[in-house]
Amino acid sequence: MSAPAHDIRRYPGARLVTAVFFLWLYLPIAVVIWFSFNENRLVSVWTGFSTQWYAAALQNKALMDALRVSLTVAVIATIGATAIALMAAMVLSRAPSKRIYKLSEAVVNLPLMLPEIVVAVAVLILFSQLGIANGMVKLTLAHTAFCTPFAFLPIRARLQGMSRDFEEAAQDLYATPLTAFRRVTLPMIAPGVFAGAMLAFVMSMDDFITSNMLNSGGSTTLPVYIFSLIKRGTTPELNAISTLMILVSLAIATIALAMSARAMRRDL
Amino acid sequence: MTRAALKSFRLWGLVPAWALMGLTLIIPVAIVAGVSLADRGPYGGFNWALNVSSYREILFTMGWTDELEFDPKYLVIIGRTLAYGLATTAICMALSVPVAYVIANARENWKPFLVYLVTLPFWVSMIVRVYAWLIILGNEGLAEKTWKFFGGGDVDTFLFTPGAMLTGMVYSYIPLMVLPVYAAIEKLDPALLEASHDLYGNRWTTLRRVILPLTWPGLAAGAILVFVPAIGTVLEPMLLGGGKQMMMGTLIQTQFGGGRNWPFGAAIAMVLMAMVVIVLVLNARRAAAIAREMEP
Repeated sequence: MSAPAHDIRRYPGARLVTAVFFLWLYLPIAVVIWFSFNENRLVSVWTGFSTQWYAAALQNKALMDALRVSLTVAVIATIGATAIALMAAMVLSRAPSKRIYKLSEAVVNLPLMLPEIVVAVAVLILFSQLGIANGMVKLTLAHTAFCTPFAFLPIRARLQGMSRDFEEAAQDLYATPLTAFRRVTLPMIAPGVFAGAMLAFVMSMDDFITSNMLNSGGSTTLPVYIFSLIKRGTTPELNAISTLMILVSLAIATIALAMSARAMRRDL
Repeated sequence: MTRAALKSFRLWGLVPAWALMGLTLIIPVAIVAGVSLADRGPYGGFNWALNVSSYREILFTMGWTDELEFDPKYLVIIGRTLAYGLATTAICMALSVPVAYVIANARENWKPFLVYLVTLPFWVSMIVRVYAWLIILGNEGLAEKTWKFFGGGDVDTFLFTPGAMLTGMVYSYIPLMVLPVYAAIEKLDPALLEASHDLYGNRWTTLRRVILPLTWPGLAAGAILVFVPAIGTVLEPMLLGGGKQMMMGTLIQTQFGGGRNWPFGAAIAMVLMAMVVIVLVLNARRAAAIAREMEP
């Protein structure tokens, strides 16, 4: 019998399933991008190559307004979430394993455990009770909350892998804890902080459920605007907008994942 | 700074996180629980009260003569939510085993890239992912053209079917299953496979008696990660289900539009929360049982 037939690690069909799986995983993304260059008004009927839908998208004022809202919310939420996550991670990575710290860690990760629709409804009711009418304030607060765990996890992982010797050496050399943090710890965990911030940014830019629930005039985010376009019918312009969103999300996620992977490897 | 000041910094560092989560999650969810017991307001909103009529409304409707009549329409929605959640989880489990196995046995320098390829679509906005399936499954979309190419008969549409819903849901959540399953298979000791082989176990016996039992913790972790967001999903039922496939997420959403029934929406949200909490508690107990077994 030949060697491959004896290879107990190989399962017939597993490779085929995996290949089909990867094709299926990227098919929707490819289809969206492909038809964004379609000249025809009908998305699925290919007639010729054109970039007119990108031009149309860039001149669409409502789209640009939605983009501005999304970017503003995402930038503020990212800064807030990263700062809060960094502080919590600093405390929790040095904490003794007491109940209060375990509970705190669960609280930071709470948005990952609750169904988003429940959280969205909950903040909607809270803001209506508090009488907060400003859409941007509502969006920013809610986004900061659900982005925090995404900023927290890479920072926490980075701190976990880091030796505390450097920080203690700095303190032995009479650096105050703040100086030690600023000059020693922060530069060392910077890749984790950066990766966390980028993941938080992508999560905020992509969110639909919460943003849709809190949607009001003047605070329509990009995904909510896209949803309103979809309900009016599919057009190649929608594909052009989606393509731009895909490219931005994938680029940012790629950089973030590469940075955190590299940061992890350096510790080994 | 002294040691004491450092120690107090420890607690201060947690204050912003607690404040944020308290303000935007813990207090609001408590308020939702309160609202589910309130009276509905005339134009949306609610008036504080303590009654269970919103929960009663899940099972009964008020008949013509003020009598309660059993009405299963909301139970059907809850059942459908559970069914789609379980089906999505099961399909993700079945698909992730071969995929994770192949990745774990790929060449060492390929592995991180393949894992990256699995996670990447997860970062694309949910609305864009669902929209993509909308155009693939829609009229004269790729699905219909492929179907006709292979000699399939006339189809009305692939959209608004359970198949469309499941395709969209599996697509949305499968990275959350592949990653933990991969982590479990990756840790598998190849010596165990060889031992099974030496004891005359063929491939399928080895799969059933060695690989799957050792992969089970990964599958269980993935099942939680997929099931929880799947039962709360909103976009797939709205766009791919076309209103005919109402789920709890969409039901909650419609109750909070203008002039709808907030207390009833809050009650459904609490039922959804309860379902998630039950799953998380069962999972914690399973993990605790495993931890006990591992102890010497």
